[in-house]
Amino acid sequence: MLMTISILMENKPGALMRVTGLLSQRGYNIESLTVARTLDPSLSRMTIVVDVESRQRAQVIKQMTRLVNVLQTTDLTEAPAVLREMVLVRVRATQENRTAILKEAEIFAARVVDSSVEGFALEATGDPEKLEEFIAVMETYGEIEVTRSGMVAVSLEAKKLRLAPPIPKTQPA
Amino acid sequence: MSNTMNGARILLECLVREGVDVIFGYPGGVTLPLYDVIYDHEIRHVLVRHEENACFAASGYARATGKVGVACATSGPGATNLVTGLVDCMMDSIPVVALTGQVTSKLIGSDAFQEADTFGITRSATKHNYLVRDIKELADTVHEAFHIASTGRPGPVLIDITKDVLQGQAHYTPIHEIHLPGYKVVTDGHAGQIRRAAQMMWEAQRPYIYAGGGIIAAGAHNELRELTETLDAPAVCTLMGLGALPGSHPNFISMPGMHGSYASNMGMYECDLLIALGVRFDDRVTGRLASFAPHAKVIHVDIDPAEIGKNRTADLPIVGDAKKVLSKLVRVLKELEPEMAPARAQDRREWWKQVRTWMEEHPLEPVFSPDEIKPQHLMHEINRISDGKAIVSTDVGQHQMWAAQHIRFDEPRHWLSSGGLGSMGFGLPAAIGAQMAHPDKLVFCICGDGGFQMALPEVATLANQGLPVKVVIMNNGYLGMVRQWQDLFYQNRLSSVQIEAFPNIEMFAAAYGLRGRIVEKPSELAGALKEAVEHPGPFLLDVRVSNFENVYPMVPAGAAINEMVLAPPQPVPVPAQ
Repeated sequence: MLMTISILMENKPGALMRVTGLLSQRGYNIESLTVARTLDPSLSRMTIVVDVESRQRAQVIKQMTRLVNVLQTTDLTEAPAVLREMVLVRVRATQENRTAILKEAEIFAARVVDSSVEGFALEATGDPEKLEEFIAVMETYGEIEVTRSGMVAVSLEAKKLRLAPPIPKTQPA
Repeated sequence: MSNTMNGARILLECLVREGVDVIFGYPGGVTLPLYDVIYDHEIRHVLVRHEENACFAASGYARATGKVGVACATSGPGATNLVTGLVDCMMDSIPVVALTGQVTSKLIGSDAFQEADTFGITRSATKHNYLVRDIKELADTVHEAFHIASTGRPGPVLIDITKDVLQGQAHYTPIHEIHLPGYKVVTDGHAGQIRRAAQMMWEAQRPYIYAGGGIIAAGAHNELRELTETLDAPAVCTLMGLGALPGSHPNFISMPGMHGSYASNMGMYECDLLIALGVRFDDRVTGRLASFAPHAKVIHVDIDPAEIGKNRTADLPIVGDAKKVLSKLVRVLKELEPEMAPARAQDRREWWKQVRTWMEEHPLEPVFSPDEIKPQHLMHEINRISDGKAIVSTDVGQHQMWAAQHIRFDEPRHWLSSGGLGSMGFGLPAAIGAQMAHPDKLVFCICGDGGFQMALPEVATLANQGLPVKVVIMNNGYLGMVRQWQDLFYQNRLSSVQIEAFPNIEMFAAAYGLRGRIVEKPSELAGALKEAVEHPGPFLLDVRVSNFENVYPMVPAGAAINEMVLAPPQPVPVPAQ
């Protein structure tokens, strides 16, 4: 099943590798992964969508939590959360169907980010199902090129961030 | 106190603060600045003959002491050679800090001489790892590494340090505090869960204690003993847990698992409450998981939350440090005893009767022959000499299983064996590490004729350091465990398992200025072992044992734990070559 995980981690070299390595060493395929700094530039927020056997979900969260650089791991698969993805679509438009394409784009609340004699580049955001539909519709107008951002998610429940306190370093006896 | 010094000296200052007294390592180009400081430093450096063995020796030191072992290697091949040792520590939860040199920061990524992506390569081989490219981060990193290696579920931590950091100058002030905001270790154990566990223990008709390496890591052996005696339950110790309960303790059954004793495994199968303490339900213990302890509720105590429910669902999980949890458990057990114990007294007597019957039906008895030395006979003799007191290291394979079955340990940290990873060549360097930590103890390294040859370079270290390790080679002329599987499961087609051209050990030992002896007759075995032990220095003993003895009992791969094969199914003909 597809599992959505939100991870708050220290923005340190190798932190991303630890998370992805943990999944790949267990044979899980990552469907999408996004990562960027948070308000605190020393931290990053990562959203991963990964194909995991359903009974392994808890184990994956525990393994993530165990990583030293990871501050918080949340399973958003069934939790209240907003999931969004962005897609950029380049569609070739003939003189005849330009208007139709723009109308369809409007229905999906997509924005035109580039327009040329060859066609358009469109930007749409939404949940994955909506974007799938948008892409399917655009495909009916001919060959398209698609780049998806991967999922970003925000939990709708406040979860208190628990951090380990500083560890005093004393001289060994 | 603060002053300016180079990175190498800062590193050693930090190691001193961490209580390090010995490093096992091998120098190289980028670690030159470090070795220049080691040259006249109070910390001892043991020059091994291969970096893999630096890690194994550090592991042996850590296993024998409970302190963090330190291994050191140069960049590139030095670092990649550490990997097997690191994974070995990872699998067995052994606290080791590995220091590796890295090429100068500016050269990273240029395919410089002896450059390897140590940080990337060791990511999954360590509990955590670091690449230090800035001297200002060095001191914090070293203390963080020791903290991570030695706390929670212990494990290996690697610090890769660039040459410019080692030779650069910086102001050094001892660190007073480290920050690891994401590193959370739960040690106390939930009080309510502990109380419920105690109730379950008194309510059970057939409780069974399954103790593992976590007890030893936590130093919870006394608490385990108290728990076992309070509850008066039968107890088994896993391969990693041998010595957690004294081998002579009346409640100690044996080791469970693939080559565990009949009684150990039957107890696992028939119990109605499995008290799992610092164990991970390894496949070599459980056999076919679906049929493991099928009648039992499971209490699982472990410091690593990820172990709870990983293989077997726990009916009552307790995350915490075994020492703390067990001492609280004992207190609650004693408090509930007068009220709860009598109700089950009769059931418990019957349970013990059943366990004793199993023990009598199929005991782990040594096998003797007047014509050839049986491997079990060898282990029996070592056990007699050790009398529970010697440190014994092993490799992996048949000798390891016979040693685990027949040698008893009075205390923890005396049995040093590559459990999870099963690394050949582990025994000798591990024994070196243990003997460095305990110069006055009797240390046996038991290995096979295969594994010994993987550790050959370390005979030089043994000679070099004059460590009185008694190397006992159980020489059956084969890679015995692989041969056993070929025998049992591949129609005895013995493919690439015969070890020919084994060196004459007396001449080999003599070439290093050491004593060695070959023993072939059962009547000479005890005398030869006595000679080895009484000799003040290192001793290599080549014990020629039966070639085709198989380890029993055996739970075949994929079988349930109660489906043991207790003896050879039929005489197996050995085809002529």
